[in-house]
Amino acid sequence: MTVAASHLLEVEDLHVEFGQGRDTASVLNGVGYHVDEGETLAVLGESGSGKSVTAQTVMGILDTPPGRITGGSVRFRGEELLGADPERRRMLRGESMAMIFQDALSALNPVYSVGFQIAEQFRFRRGMSRKDAMARAAEMLDLVRIPNAKQRVREYPHQFSGGMRQRAMIAMSLALDPELLIADEPTTALDVTVQAQIMELLDELRRERGMGLILITHDLGVVAEVADRIAVMYAGRIVEHTDAATLYAHPGHPYTRGLMDSVPRVDDVAGAALRPIPGLPPSLSAIPPGCPFHPRCAHAEDVCAAEVPLLRELGGDHQAACHFAERFVAEDPDRPTTHEVVSR
Amino acid sequence: MTEPLLAARPADTEPEPEPDAAEVSGLWTDAWRQLRRRPLFWVASVIILVLLVMAFFPSLFTSIDPRATDLAGSGSEPGPDAIFGRDLQGHDVFARAVYGAGPTLAVGVLATLGTVLVGALAGLLGGFRGGWQDSLLSRFAEIFAGLPFVLGGIVILTTFNPPGQPVPESRLIFQVVTTITVLSWPIAMRIMRAATITAKQQDYVKAARALGAGPLRIVFRHILPNTLAPVLVYATIQLGAFIGAEATLSFLGIGLKDPVVSWGVMIAESQDRVAQIPHAILFPAGFLVVTVLAFVMLGDAVRDALDPRGR
Amino acid sequence: MGRYTLRRLLQLIPVFLGSTFIVYALVWGLSDDPFAGKCGQRACSPAYIAVMTERYNLDDNIVVQYLKYLGALFTGDFGQTASGTEVADVIANAYPTTIKLAIVALVIEAVIGILAGIVSGLRGRGFVDSLVLVSTLFLISLPVFVTGLVLKQVLGVELGIIRTSVPNDPSIADLIVPGFVLGSLSMAYVARLTRTSLIENTRADYVRTAVAKGLSRRRVVGVHMLRNSLIAVVTFLGTDLGALMGGAIVTEGVFNIRGIGGLVFKGILQQDTATVVGIVVLLVIVYLIANLVVDLLYAVLDPRIRYD
Repeated sequence: MTVAASHLLEVEDLHVEFGQGRDTASVLNGVGYHVDEGETLAVLGESGSGKSVTAQTVMGILDTPPGRITGGSVRFRGEELLGADPERRRMLRGESMAMIFQDALSALNPVYSVGFQIAEQFRFRRGMSRKDAMARAAEMLDLVRIPNAKQRVREYPHQFSGGMRQRAMIAMSLALDPELLIADEPTTALDVTVQAQIMELLDELRRERGMGLILITHDLGVVAEVADRIAVMYAGRIVEHTDAATLYAHPGHPYTRGLMDSVPRVDDVAGAALRPIPGLPPSLSAIPPGCPFHPRCAHAEDVCAAEVPLLRELGGDHQAACHFAERFVAEDPDRPTTHEVVSR
Repeated sequence: MTEPLLAARPADTEPEPEPDAAEVSGLWTDAWRQLRRRPLFWVASVIILVLLVMAFFPSLFTSIDPRATDLAGSGSEPGPDAIFGRDLQGHDVFARAVYGAGPTLAVGVLATLGTVLVGALAGLLGGFRGGWQDSLLSRFAEIFAGLPFVLGGIVILTTFNPPGQPVPESRLIFQVVTTITVLSWPIAMRIMRAATITAKQQDYVKAARALGAGPLRIVFRHILPNTLAPVLVYATIQLGAFIGAEATLSFLGIGLKDPVVSWGVMIAESQDRVAQIPHAILFPAGFLVVTVLAFVMLGDAVRDALDPRGR
Repeated sequence: MGRYTLRRLLQLIPVFLGSTFIVYALVWGLSDDPFAGKCGQRACSPAYIAVMTERYNLDDNIVVQYLKYLGALFTGDFGQTASGTEVADVIANAYPTTIKLAIVALVIEAVIGILAGIVSGLRGRGFVDSLVLVSTLFLISLPVFVTGLVLKQVLGVELGIIRTSVPNDPSIADLIVPGFVLGSLSMAYVARLTRTSLIENTRADYVRTAVAKGLSRRRVVGVHMLRNSLIAVVTFLGTDLGALMGGAIVTEGVFNIRGIGGLVFKGILQQDTATVVGIVVLLVIVYLIANLVVDLLYAVLDPRIRYD
C-alpha cells in the first residue's frame, strides 16, 4: 500500500446501525477503504452487505434516522467529513464527489425534464442563468454521447431508454466536475449490451478527468474489466482487498472463492452444476460471533466461531479477514483467469 | 369486521395453497399482526361492539320507553330523573339515543352491504370482461357519479316519499338504504375494477389461464382474494360515512323520520330549539360522532395494516 | 392533448344526458298526478292545469318532454317556475352566492389542509404529526351539519362573533365560518393526502438524487418533493370544487344562506319542478366540467401521463 500523505477518499473503521433496541441491525461493522485520483476501486458483495450504505455515508445522504453512524471516519483529501458542518458537506456534494444510482428511472424526477435537472446544478451552484444552464446541460448530454442532445435536453426521463437514462444520470453527476464518482450498481438494471457501453463510458470519463471511481457491484464480470483494486464486503465488513489479478488468481477468503465458484465459467463441462454458496447472509441484527461467514463456510474450524478474524496483510498489498487466509492463497490450484470470468 | 374474513381466507380451507392464495393469506396474517398492536384498533373495536349490543338489545341499557312523553318535563335539564335530560316533547334523551342506535347502524350496515355488493359485482364484471361490457358499465356508473350526493338524495327521496305522508318504518329504512346505494356504488365499482384489472395482469392469473382454468375459477380463486383488501378498507371507512349520510338526510327532513328514532332524527327534531334545549342535540350528536369516529378509526387501522406504504 | 380533450368532451355527452334524464324523469314522470297538492287543499282549476300542461308539455310522453326541455335549454331557456318567473333569473340571483361560498371553502381547505399536511409530513412522528392525525380524524367523523350547528351556536349565539343568519349578497367575511364548515371534511382529506404523498416522496430515489447533487434543503423540498406531492392534492381540490358547488345544501340551510342549495331544497318542498330540474342540470354540468378540467390539469402537471 502506498502510504500517501492523504488519499482522495479514505474511509476508516466505519460503523453504522439501523433501528433501536433489540431490532438494532449493525449494517456496517468497521468498514475501511480508500481510493486515489484516477483509479477505480470496486466494492463487491451480495445485497445487504453494506456496499450502498457505505457509499451513502461517504456522500452524507444516509437517512438518519433510521440510520445511525456510531463510529469511524470518512476523510476527503484529509478533511474529516463525519461531524462536519452540513453546509460544508452539501458544498462538497456535486462539486467534489458525486453519485449515480442503480435505477435511473426512479432516480430522476419524473415531472422535470432531464435538462432541467442537469441545469439545476449550474443554476444553483454556479449562478448561471436559466438559458446558459440549459445550454450547458445539452453539452453534458453530448459529452455522454446522447445523440440529438439539443432536442433531448427538453425531454422527460420516461421518454429516454434505460441506457440513455443512465447516461443522463452520469451527465448530471459530472456537471460540476467532481474528483470522486461513486457508481452504485450503475448497470444492474440494464441489458447486457448496454451494460458494456455504460461501463466503457464510465471508464473513459474517469481516465479523461482523472477522477477517482468507486464502483459498487455484485457482478464479478463488471469488476474484472475495469477495477484497479477490489474490496469484497460481507456483513458490513471488508473481508478481502487486493488488485483484480491477485484476487482472481489467489483469493484469500473462502467467501471470495465462493463468489467466484458461483459464476458459470467457459471451461465448465456442459451440464456441470454451479457451486452456489450454501445458506444465506446473516441477519444484521444477529450477526454470528466470530467470523460472520463461518456458518456458511466449508472450511470453518472452532476458532472461526470464537474469534473475529481481522483484515490482515498477506503480502503484496493483499489483505483478507480469514484465520486461514495464507492456506487458501497458497493452495489454490484451479482458478479461472480474469479473462475467463469476463467472457462468461 | 376482520375476523370472519380472516377465518374464511382461502388458504385455511385448501389443503394445498397455490402461490397466490399463500400470498394473500400472508397479507392477512401480517395485517392481523399489525392490527393487534394498534391501540386505535382496540378502542374502535370496543366502541363498535358496545354499539352493536346497544342496537340489538337496547333494553339492556335503559328500561325507559323512548316514545313515552312527559310534557311536564319538556326540555328539562339532565338530572337524576333523566340522565341526559328531556327534549321538547318530553322524551327521555338517553333512552331515545340508546334506541336510536338500531336504525342508525342498520342503515349504515345495509347501505355498505348494498354499495359493496352492487359496486363490487359491477367492478368485477367490468374489470374481468373488459371491452364493451366494461365501457357500458363504466359510462353507466359515471351517470350516477355525476349526481352530487345530497342533491341526488333529495331528488330520489322526495320523489318516492313526498313530504307530509306517513310511511312505515321498514319502508323508510329501505328507501334510505337504496338511495345511498344508488348514489354510492360507482366508487365501490371503481375500486373493485382497478383491483381486478391489476390482479388479472398478474402472472399467476395468466398461468392459471394457460393451464386451462375456467373463468369462474379464475375470478373466485385467483382474482377475488386479491381484491378484497381495498374493498374491505373502503367498506369500513364508508360505513362511518354512510351513518353520517343518514343523519344528514334525516337532518334535512327527507331521510328517516318520526316514528323511527335515529340520531339524525333526534338532531333534526331539536335543531330549532338548540339555544333553549342544547342537551337534546348534544347527546345524539355525541353518539353520532363517536360512532362515525369508531368506524373511521377502524378503517384507518385496517388500511395501515393492509397497505405497508402508508407509514 | 387536443384529441384527448375532444374525446373526453364527447364522453361527457352520454353522462350528461343520463344524469339529467334520471333527474327529469324522477321529478316529472313518476308521480301519477303532477298537480296533487300543488294548489293547497283544493284541486287545481282547469285553467291552471291547462296553462301548466302547455308550459311543461305534460301531454307528451316523458322522453319527448325531456327532449323538448333539452332543446329549449340549448337556446338558454331554463323554463319558468310555477309562479311564472324565469328559472334562469332565479338561478342567476342565487348562484353568485354559492360560487362565493364554494371558493371561500376551497381556499380555506387548501391553505389550512396543505399547510397542516406539509408540517406533519416534513416533521415526521411527533407532537405536530399526532395533532394533525387526530384532528383530521375528528373532522372526517363530524357530519357537516353538526359542525355547522355547533359553530353557529357557539360563535353566533353564545359569543356573538358571527351573525347566525347570513345576509343577502354576503361579503367574504360573512362567509368565512360557513366556508370553514363546508370545507372542513375536505380540509381533513387534503391534510392527509398532502402528508401521505410527502412521506412517500421523502423516500423517493429522485429526492436522494437531488440531495446527492448538493442542492439546498429548501430547493429539495420546495421543487423536488412538493411539486410531486401536490399533483394529487391539486387534482383532489379540482374535483372538490365541482362537488362543493353542488353540495352546499346543508351548509346553506344551517346558516340561512340564500344560495343555490336553499333554492333547490325550497323548490323540492314546494314541488316547483322546473326550478329543481334547472338547478340540477346546471350543477351536473358544473360537476362534469370540473372533472374534465382536473383530468386535463393532471396531464399538464405530470408529463408521464400521455393522452392519445
